[in-house]
Amino acid sequence: MKTPSDGSLTKPSSPEIPPERRPLWSEEFSVHAAEDNYVLRRQFTKFLVLTSFGMFVGNLWIWVRSLFGKARPEFAEAAVANATEIPPGGVKLFTYPTPNDPCIMIRKANGELVAYGQKCTHLSCAVYYSRENNRLECPCHEGYFSIETGDVLQGPPPRPLPRIRLEQRGDRIVAMGVYPAPEGS
Amino acid sequence: MKAFSHPVRVKRRVAIEAIMVMVIILLMIQMWLLTATLESFLAGHADAALPGALLSGVLFLACVALYWMIVRLDRAPERDEEPHGLGPWNIQ
Repeated sequence: MKTPSDGSLTKPSSPEIPPERRPLWSEEFSVHAAEDNYVLRRQFTKFLVLTSFGMFVGNLWIWVRSLFGKARPEFAEAAVANATEIPPGGVKLFTYPTPNDPCIMIRKANGELVAYGQKCTHLSCAVYYSRENNRLECPCHEGYFSIETGDVLQGPPPRPLPRIRLEQRGDRIVAMGVYPAPEGS
Repeated sequence: MKAFSHPVRVKRRVAIEAIMVMVIILLMIQMWLLTATLESFLAGHADAALPGALLSGVLFLACVALYWMIVRLDRAPERDEEPHGLGPWNIQ
């Protein structure tokens, strides 16, 4: 950066192009792209502080949502299967409570029926029933879930699978809702 | 680069860089806090929402305080200092 000896205020000049060879517009149009991109440490820290403020607002938003969203949603009942169509060790897929919520129903070896949401709680891959290991497995990142409770046995999923409440009415299996997540999960 | 070799300037620059590192560390903690609180909230547990918001507010205030320190350090006059440049400009 050259500084004139008279002590005047100068802008840094480009060393590559001598002043006599610079186009006329570069003098008339006095915007210097390099200076435009120059970020002071104070500006950078201000950006970091603004990011911090954004995350604080995000935390506040979660708190406000938690104040107004305590009521658990009501789920409509829906007949999802025939009682006789699933043999022990068998599986039936259905959707509940909306068509966008895939679920998996399994009849255990002792005859008991259990149903869980089929979306892995890690990244929403579809879990499947592994008869050999008697557990629900997510093929994406090898997350395993207990068939008894839906709890995570291994892998990256942070929460258990949501468990569907089932009731047998005659020869129909009716979904009654979703069990609340256990404390601490 | 005569101006940057001045001992007061060097000390000040080190202090400001240390403060910036602290701000970045606080920001990373706040980011982790936000994701953990959101994860807990989406799991159906609202217990962590209020402590998370309070702690996030404290971290934000700490960031503001550190930023204020940087502003003060940047603006404070330097003792025994010769005229120096500011940013890309040269004032002599």
